[in-house]
Amino acid sequence: MSERKKGWKEIPVGGVCWKPATEYSTGDWRTFKPVHDSEKCTKCLLCPIICPDASINWNTATQDIEFNYNFCKGCGICANECPANAIEMVREGEA
Amino acid sequence: MTTVQQQETLALNGDEAVALAAKQSDVDVVAAYPITPQTIIVERFSEYVADGEVETEFVCTESEHSALTACLAASATGVRTFTATASAGLALMHEILYVTSGCRAPVVMAITNRALSAPINIHCDHSDSMAERDSSWIQLYVENSQEAYDTIIQAFRIAEHTKVLLPIMVCLDAFFLSHTLENVKTLPDKKVKDFVGTRQIPLVMGHEGKKVPFKLDPKNPITIGPLALQDYYFEHKRQQEEAMRNASGIISEINDLYSQLSGRKYGNGLTDPYFLEDADIATICVGSTAGTTKYVVDNLRSRGIKAGLLRLRTLRPLPTSDIVSALASTKAVAVMDRSHSFGGYGGPLFHEIRHVLYDTQPHPHVVNYIYGLGGRDMPQNDIQDIYIDLQKIQQNNAVENYVNFVRVRE
Repeated sequence: MSERKKGWKEIPVGGVCWKPATEYSTGDWRTFKPVHDSEKCTKCLLCPIICPDASINWNTATQDIEFNYNFCKGCGICANECPANAIEMVREGEA
Repeated sequence: MTTVQQQETLALNGDEAVALAAKQSDVDVVAAYPITPQTIIVERFSEYVADGEVETEFVCTESEHSALTACLAASATGVRTFTATASAGLALMHEILYVTSGCRAPVVMAITNRALSAPINIHCDHSDSMAERDSSWIQLYVENSQEAYDTIIQAFRIAEHTKVLLPIMVCLDAFFLSHTLENVKTLPDKKVKDFVGTRQIPLVMGHEGKKVPFKLDPKNPITIGPLALQDYYFEHKRQQEEAMRNASGIISEINDLYSQLSGRKYGNGLTDPYFLEDADIATICVGSTAGTTKYVVDNLRSRGIKAGLLRLRTLRPLPTSDIVSALASTKAVAVMDRSHSFGGYGGPLFHEIRHVLYDTQPHPHVVNYIYGLGGRDMPQNDIQDIYIDLQKIQQNNAVENYVNFVRVRE
């Protein structure tokens, strides 16, 4: 977040977005981050469906789920709903 | 230099003059709520639509809140948009007024100035539009139905100017103008259409890092007016202030260009001074009261009294330097407010004028007269009494009452 912010003379009028949402990392709003235990995980793939920010993906190479921490806001729904209790919410900076 | 156009004189009330001007300005979308406090403006326009005289899309909405939302959305696609409302209807639009200006949608809206309830009253009063002073809409107040016609035509060019891109309220006094027949000189359809021209769409930086037209278009998708928090909201508001400052020059420029076509000019577009060059005493007002006041000034001048009038045509952007220079010779001025700021120090116009004169030295005594609330008449005798008060203030160099209520019974 150290990028220089633009001034009123530089930004488009009417609040038009000048960069795509993919460049605006909402992940830094997060206080707790989800960490998953691959051993406990049954690969049921419920979490990619219920994530409200589409921040859990299936990685075909590792054959496992992975979190996109650039956009995960740490809401904790995945940890709450995981039927195998394989996701834990850990305070940022502590893991 | 174009020659002044031959014109047809029609007997129109203010509402019909506004509707005709909107029709001739080739409006693409009109959205309105058609029930009280609506006026004949959209009624007449709906007839143009029904009779096939225009190709306008007419959207009948379920409230004024929705009417302005529909206009904003239509305007965001790059088309020309018009609506009209009054009184409680404008109050219900309050939320969307800010969204419209924030999205920089150049909607033109006629406001028939009417009182706000309670008690219920549909007559002339400026409380409705004065309450929306800070919504980042340009506000123009007209003196008569001819000016209402002329100003609607100008308003599209001002609002849509790429250096402005702000919505405009054209305010006309209810009943005194809106429902009173007047001779109105009207331009040929084609001349108006050519004068207003097609809406120019500027380019903006889009989310893919390239310049795209500033309009909602599936071919070049953009997002207008989404979330901007502590980091960017303030910058957007500063842009709106700049657009307002730009608007001052554009309003004057279009007032000049229009006079070349029509032969009619309203001061410099911002202020309309009347006998102010050497005036000792003057009143300041907006709207139709200026017409009666000019008659009073003529009478006073014929008796050798140096009286004048400053009619404010543009309230936003406020023409600060014009107000200062117009009142330079005055010793005492009375600001006439057809609305009141309850518990404040006088009415809204009083605040503006007194504030602007604060830095001038020496400045005149500035007093306030609240008049005509709920449509009460402001006859010439009452206006003349204000000038007599001003003479006393000038002679005594002292003010007894700064805020006065004209002919209110005790």
